Amino acid sequence: MAETIIKTEKLCFEYEKNEGEEKTQVLRSLDLTVERGSFVAVLGHNGSGKSTLAKVLNLLVTPTSGKVWLFGKEINEETMTEDELYEIRRRVGMVFQNPDNQLVATIVEEDVAFGPENIGVEPSEIRRRVDEALETVGMTAFARHSPHQLSGGQKQRVAIAGILALRPEIIVFDESTAMLDPMGRREVLDTIRKLNRDNGTTILMITHYMDEAIDADRVIVLDDGRIVLDGTPREVFSHVEEVRAAGLDVPQITELTYRLGLSGTPITAEEGADAIEALITNRQERN
Amino acid sequence: MIRDITLGQFFPGHSLLHRADPRIKIILSILYIVLVFLADSVSGYLFLVLFTALLIAISGIPVSTLVKSLKPLLFIVLFTSVINVFWNREGELLVSFWKIAIYTGGVFTAVFMTVRIMMLLLGTGVILTYTTSPIALTDAMERLLSPLKVLHIPVHDFAMMMTIALRFIPTLLEETDKIMNAQKARGADFSTGSLGQRAKALIPVLIPLFISAFRRADELAVAMESRCYRGGKGRTRMTSLHLHALDFVLLFGLALAGAGIVLCNRFVPIYAI
Repeated sequence: MAETIIKTEKLCFEYEKNEGEEKTQVLRSLDLTVERGSFVAVLGHNGSGKSTLAKVLNLLVTPTSGKVWLFGKEINEETMTEDELYEIRRRVGMVFQNPDNQLVATIVEEDVAFGPENIGVEPSEIRRRVDEALETVGMTAFARHSPHQLSGGQKQRVAIAGILALRPEIIVFDESTAMLDPMGRREVLDTIRKLNRDNGTTILMITHYMDEAIDADRVIVLDDGRIVLDGTPREVFSHVEEVRAAGLDVPQITELTYRLGLSGTPITAEEGADAIEALITNRQERN
Repeated sequence: MIRDITLGQFFPGHSLLHRADPRIKIILSILYIVLVFLADSVSGYLFLVLFTALLIAISGIPVSTLVKSLKPLLFIVLFTSVINVFWNREGELLVSFWKIAIYTGGVFTAVFMTVRIMMLLLGTGVILTYTTSPIALTDAMERLLSPLKVLHIPVHDFAMMMTIALRFIPTLLEETDKIMNAQKARGADFSTGSLGQRAKALIPVLIPLFISAFRRADELAVAMESRCYRGGKGRTRMTSLHLHALDFVLLFGLALAGAGIVLCNRFVPIYAI
């Protein structure tokens, strides 16, 4: 059993939309455990609380009630010193949706250096980390470019490099592919997978693209601030009705075989092709 | 169209002036301004013009670019010249008819003023604004002004604001373009009508632009915080600026020029004011 890196217990978050109105419940008694090195996809339609969960983990918002443990330590924002807070933020990196709105500097490598500069790393060490991070995301050739000369996918990779330079143990991707074209999505997803596989970084990927979730070790479906499904992609997508009830779709190929009334839950195109081929040969044999 | 707006006057290059430390360049341009005001004789001004010409040659900025930058000043130069020519009554009388009298003092002052304004613009231009990228300039300002932190002046914060502004100018320009196209597609007209009508037509462009800018600012603030930003506290920099021999040579050169002007004023005072 691997080490538990994130744990929440009865995590609640609510806020008042307007003064005096009834409070909006975003997270309702959420219990979640994530192991070190795992790749977890968090699915949910808009307003299901998935982005709030991400912000709780990065200590950008304070939960209304409930407990959070990160790296085996309980988070208590009242007794926590500022240095401890920033240390948690360093260890939990976060990549946001809009690549434009997370880049600070006018030159790619200076943007990547922004994080380590903030935590006071030595100049020579910053240089090393920046080169290494750009190498990991395959953007070394663009080190001296200006962000506005880059494509969406490239900008998002620079944003990932900026997080990597902080050497995080967990990276939360908050719909980081939502604004990208198919090409850019592929680039970013390949980078995410590489980080999980090669560096052993724990990945929490928030998305509403089902096809992205099939690569994860584990899929969690959130609906109305609660976890409604939790398991491997195959387990989760076999519950077609429940996934739909949460306002989501299953991957297209899963949907197809479900409608055809086939048993088993293919989640990749190859598996789907095999299932349909089996169906056809089955019919032919019967005739 | 709107995207073609160039940012500042920076003219990329690899001249000695481009390579000099931006902090030194800021100091140099201040000293240069002092130099310009030191000159108060024909020989002093000649020396100054020659020195500025030398700087321009070193910078490698095309003269045509520099001439263009002087155009907006034409009016000010003409205005001060005319005032000086007609109102300064020092020196000998040159021309006199009806109520107008032109004295030598007026002519000299007018010429001096013109030269002075032109040299100020050209000199500081080639030393600083043409040869230093806006980002290097911001960085240098922050470092030069950092002693003011003792007085609780938020030097770092101002520099960060400048950097972010520079970073977002192209993004916001692109967005303006998009919004304008979206409005045009729905029949908005930005190019005809009176000035008032055109200004009014811009309101539906500016409002979405402002809203989007605020949203961006909000998201950027969250992203910066999640990257451990907490102002200038405990912050290091990847690139540290180092002074090189070149910087001292430039400082020395400027000091020499200053001495030259003073000597010219003193020993060859052809027409000292």
